[in-house]
Amino acid sequence: MSRNDWEVVIGLEVHAQLNTASKIFSGASTAFGSEPNRQASAVDIALPGVLPVLNRGAVERAIRFGLAIDAQVAPKSVFARKNYFYPDLPKGYQISQFELPVVSGGTITIRVGEGDKAYEKTVNLTRAHLEEDAGKSLHEDFHGMSGIDLNRAGTPLLEIVSEPDMRSSAEAVAYARALHALVRWIEICDGNMQEGSFRCDANVSVRRPGGPLGTRREIKNLNSFRFLQQAIDFEVQWQIERLEDGGTIQQATVLFDPDTGETRVMRTKEDAHDYRYFPDPDLMPLVIVPEWIDRVREQLPELPAAMKARFIDDYGLSAYDATTLTASREVATYYQAAVDAAGQAQAKTCANWVMGDLAARLNKAELDVTASPVSPTQLAGLVTRIADNTISNAIGKKVFDALWNGEGDSADDIIEAQGLKQVTDSGAIEAMIDEVLAANQKSVDEFRAGKEKAFNALVGQVMKASRGKANPAQVNEILRRKLGG
Amino acid sequence: MINASLTELRAALDAGQTSSVELANLFLDRIDRLDGTLNSFITVDRARALDAARAADARIATGSAGPLTGIPIAHKDVFCTQGVLTTCGSRMLSNFVSPYDAHVVELLGRAGAVMLGKTNMDEFAMGSSNENSHFGAVRNPWNTDRIPGGSSGGSAAAVAARLVPAATGTDTGGSVRQPAALTGVTGIKPTYGVVSRYGMIAYASSFDQAGVFAASAEDCALMLSAIAGFDPRDSTSLERPAEDYSLALQQSAAEPARPLAGLRIGLPEEFFGDGLAADVRAAVEAAIEEYRRLGATTVAVKLPNAKLAIPAYYVLAPAEASSNLSRFDGVRYGHRAAEYGDLDDMYRKSRAEGFGAEVKRRILVGTYVLSHGYYDAYYLQAQKLRRLIAEDFRAAFTQCDVIAGPTSPTTAWAIGAKTDDPVQMYLSDIYTIAVNLAGLPGLSHPAGFGDGGLPVGLQLIGNYFDESRLLGTAHRYQQATDWHLRRPAIAA
Repeated sequence: MSRNDWEVVIGLEVHAQLNTASKIFSGASTAFGSEPNRQASAVDIALPGVLPVLNRGAVERAIRFGLAIDAQVAPKSVFARKNYFYPDLPKGYQISQFELPVVSGGTITIRVGEGDKAYEKTVNLTRAHLEEDAGKSLHEDFHGMSGIDLNRAGTPLLEIVSEPDMRSSAEAVAYARALHALVRWIEICDGNMQEGSFRCDANVSVRRPGGPLGTRREIKNLNSFRFLQQAIDFEVQWQIERLEDGGTIQQATVLFDPDTGETRVMRTKEDAHDYRYFPDPDLMPLVIVPEWIDRVREQLPELPAAMKARFIDDYGLSAYDATTLTASREVATYYQAAVDAAGQAQAKTCANWVMGDLAARLNKAELDVTASPVSPTQLAGLVTRIADNTISNAIGKKVFDALWNGEGDSADDIIEAQGLKQVTDSGAIEAMIDEVLAANQKSVDEFRAGKEKAFNALVGQVMKASRGKANPAQVNEILRRKLGG
Repeated sequence: MINASLTELRAALDAGQTSSVELANLFLDRIDRLDGTLNSFITVDRARALDAARAADARIATGSAGPLTGIPIAHKDVFCTQGVLTTCGSRMLSNFVSPYDAHVVELLGRAGAVMLGKTNMDEFAMGSSNENSHFGAVRNPWNTDRIPGGSSGGSAAAVAARLVPAATGTDTGGSVRQPAALTGVTGIKPTYGVVSRYGMIAYASSFDQAGVFAASAEDCALMLSAIAGFDPRDSTSLERPAEDYSLALQQSAAEPARPLAGLRIGLPEEFFGDGLAADVRAAVEAAIEEYRRLGATTVAVKLPNAKLAIPAYYVLAPAEASSNLSRFDGVRYGHRAAEYGDLDDMYRKSRAEGFGAEVKRRILVGTYVLSHGYYDAYYLQAQKLRRLIAEDFRAAFTQCDVIAGPTSPTTAWAIGAKTDDPVQMYLSDIYTIAVNLAGLPGLSHPAGFGDGGLPVGLQLIGNYFDESRLLGTAHRYQQATDWHLRRPAIAA
């Protein structure tokens, strides 16, 4: 049997760090990177007698997420204690949500693959719940001992759990990317994966198509999309080989080693914790009244799915273009601003520029779109001048470069200063053509002998003579008339 | 002066008849003289107390004294006190100095009360006899071979022996009311949520509530007024306007001869059944007769699920405790074993050495009832019982204004008598625990003496937020009787 006889089943658990200024149950700052234990309050280090107080900002972000994925926001949810001992877990329990999470259900639509093979798929979410992060154990630099840094302890997390709906690492990555874009889009998480603001756990199993679910293994703490893909691919291969060798899969938690590209077992089901969840008696049930949800809804920006649909319906963009342009809030905002300035009729042209020249230049310069030297208004000005035939598309690229390099404040300034205005005076074009025909008798002969290619060479010569400014359509027309005579 | 009420002390301080420093020295000297026997204090901080007393005197001199400014008090060692050892009666915290003050400590400090020290207690407030303290058993001032009750036994004994005029305590299953009864003082535990738990080392969070001890209801009202009120640092603290519990006491009765006319006292038959010692029954019934004489009517009420209070409590409280006490792991503060191998070994040894037997027993029980496969059968069932018990009280309060009965089924027993039988020990809280399950306020006041001249307490249970009614009722009783003025020989 081959790999193709197996179906891969993947569900993701994502921990998104919520971008509140203070922690979920204390007033300590959540800023990243300060000296160890400088941002750990009495509550965070779990001194005797301290009590948690819920940060409403964290709840509000959970509501935003719930609304963004069209899920149910629970009118009443409950914080529970997850009990286990670890030095970087100061209370000996993590405050999380267990039986009644703040968000249930919801969907995220992903686009997987490229070109003709691209397809869309809707991934169902199980739940999203609020919880606090633990601190960090530092195993280096302490001469055989471990250091504990509790700055991260109490940082608010939204744990977002999907159904096991994904069938390949590509789908898993597409889902993770869409989720990553969404939490940044609705501004609840900075999405910084290096700093651990967005961490993925992947539950992976394989089965015979249509058969019962296989035993899953959970790959913990994947902090890049590349590692997510590599880890799943390795894990799938490993599970299939094991099963095909007649072995069985033990439920286990595994870690991915990016250096070897392999997963290794951290703990098996036998030594899994009994977390002894129970409702935290220090916190009242979290009650979210409909008015609160309404207020949050009013403040929500247009969501990527709605924006994508609008780009397709109103702007006539392809599904691919609309998906690409709404992959991040920043790109979408840039694009929208350009269309607003250039007019809806130029929506497609704007899309081409944003996804083409602009994206290429940004990529090459390793710049984020928010740092683009060419503003949406400047790009719109350029697109407008191409549309009204002030300049050709080719000159447009020159103007774009000039804008990028800061040679002028607007496309108009650059066109004016550099004399790039298209020549549409047919008398002037005719004069140029006459000169070119006189100087290129060989090409004229070849064209007349039936070589269409020679025509293009002549057009090129005319454009060259006009320094690119002659209106290409007029050049074509006049030249053909003269040659065809 | 040692037998004066807080009101009398206030008057003497304001009139310049004494100073806060003088009072502090007076009571500190008594502690020095008597507490070697009683063992009611874990920490006495004379220098700090005198500093606070001097500050109080300065404040009194400016005329800005509050009701408690300059009054000596003691805190149960469950409350965190900045810069002062806070042990919770445990070896685990025998080296712990808190960097912050508990809400209760902060409020009484702000009021100008002068803390003399921290009182002994059952380890982590788990116990009914104060024999579970790492710092040794506390002795009952009425008979030093007897226990003072627990877990706030140190505070109760200190007030009874007049080592301090008033003290704080906490009541999770009766830990203020039962020792108050057994030492012949007045103690009140308010409605759950009235006093912030911030800085009070948690035993069972959904039951723990701070309370106070003093000679009389009048004194308790002053103390409770100082510590009650909303605190945003405790999410279970109730957002209600602050209340002055002394006001109700000052109202004049419509019928001076029958000041409790119109008050309906409910008598639950379950509180007067088997297991109630004859001497306690006699004293409590006599006290109830006195209430009738003062104009109150009595009505029989039923609390059919009260008998389930102890089993429910001994599932839920240990469950919460097993989790609350997880933070004592030897990593950041508190006891850490001197030698250990790996991390697990450090946890095991530190906790094995740091916790006493009763604490370990409750951690084990709590861990068990929360375990996978047992949670539904124990924890959830006990939560259901908790609701049934609260419902019993709700129904009873449709027939009466307060409920009265014995606080404890017996008077103080001999030290060591129940230490080998935890269940017998647990049963001593049979009348108090249901109140914590329901979150209601409860008060115990002296109601005479039983065999051997040991104090008997009467418990008054109120509806939610009826602290003023409880204190007012007890106050009328204390205006007509003098049980609360009796002092053990040691206090003479």
